[in-house]
Amino acid sequence: MLGALLIVFREVMEAGLVVGIVLAATRGIPDRGWWVSLGVATGVLGASIVAMFAGAISSAFSGTGQELLNAVVLIVAVISLTWHNVWMAEHGRELVAELRQVGADVSAGRRPLTALALVVLIAVMREGSEIVLFLYGIVVAGTSTQALLAGGLLGLLAGACLTGLSYLGLIAIPARYIFSVTTVLLTLLAAGMAAQSIRFLQAAGVVTALPMHVWDTSWLLPDSSILGRLLHVLVGYTAKPTAMQLLVYLLTLATVLMLMRRSSASRRHAAQA
Amino acid sequence: MQLILIILVALTFGVITSEARSADDIAITIKDHRFEPAEISLPAGQKVTLSVANQDATPEEFESDDLDIEKVIAGQQSATIQVGPLDAGRYEFYGEYHEDTAKGAIVVK
Repeated sequence: MLGALLIVFREVMEAGLVVGIVLAATRGIPDRGWWVSLGVATGVLGASIVAMFAGAISSAFSGTGQELLNAVVLIVAVISLTWHNVWMAEHGRELVAELRQVGADVSAGRRPLTALALVVLIAVMREGSEIVLFLYGIVVAGTSTQALLAGGLLGLLAGACLTGLSYLGLIAIPARYIFSVTTVLLTLLAAGMAAQSIRFLQAAGVVTALPMHVWDTSWLLPDSSILGRLLHVLVGYTAKPTAMQLLVYLLTLATVLMLMRRSSASRRHAAQA
Repeated sequence: MQLILIILVALTFGVITSEARSADDIAITIKDHRFEPAEISLPAGQKVTLSVANQDATPEEFESDDLDIEKVIAGQQSATIQVGPLDAGRYEFYGEYHEDTAKGAIVVK
């Protein structure tokens, strides 16, 4: 039962952190609850579909279907996150101003929610498919099903609580700074996801350049530890990154920052004109 | 004549490829949530393909932090995983859904 609890908790935690950050990043935007719920719901649906076709996906593209699918959805998430951040660089100031005027109708933030809903969908789908497969295995095996399912449910609950806590922690940040903090978090999230997509492309044999490991901190903080997983989601931590992963991580950071800077600069120009 | 030639070519090809497979293709089965063989010896610096056949009805996630692998294998399905070339050492892997029993390692010498 404890094993089931831990497995489900780990996966929910990974998706939940992303949802928590997205919720905080969309504070004050109307309808965001609806958008995030839509992301979660379609994510659960997607997870079930991915789990149902796990065998077919796995054997597609001469056995690399699973890696390619992971890589593609991660790249879509990276693009969505980048898009949101660039949009925030342009409109963040208005949002903060409106957030501080309690009761004011926030009209600025209608556009980027599809992007973030997509990010939620992808996070829930990726982690969720593993939960669905695991729970399916429990049901098929049929032994001590109830205890295991109870463990799984408790894990789900614990993971949901952590999502709530991460959100509450983030919105405790004063309105002035909250979007700066969530922008940093979303940028790191994007870089981590980009590096992870490279890992899948390397596993599929699509990317073969720079395969050497840059460092190995698995003795200090293994990927399988809870803290390792937490940092993996938040900043893309990997105990043994390859040179290509590191390169893409840094390139993503640089690209997002550059696009944001350009976007906020053009905004200032427009304001002066 | 042509037919004989084709058969000969096919045979040679078949022999060559099957030899190449046996040299760097390692079969692992998952049964009752255990790996068989649970320990695999490999020479250092060789690239190999693991063919993991899951004979259980339940899905399993083949995972290894040491090898940087994470792959879901549905029940009654198999998957291929590229590994290496590796330096000498012990590389552990496990089945994430049945961590108590599904444990194995690749020992590189």
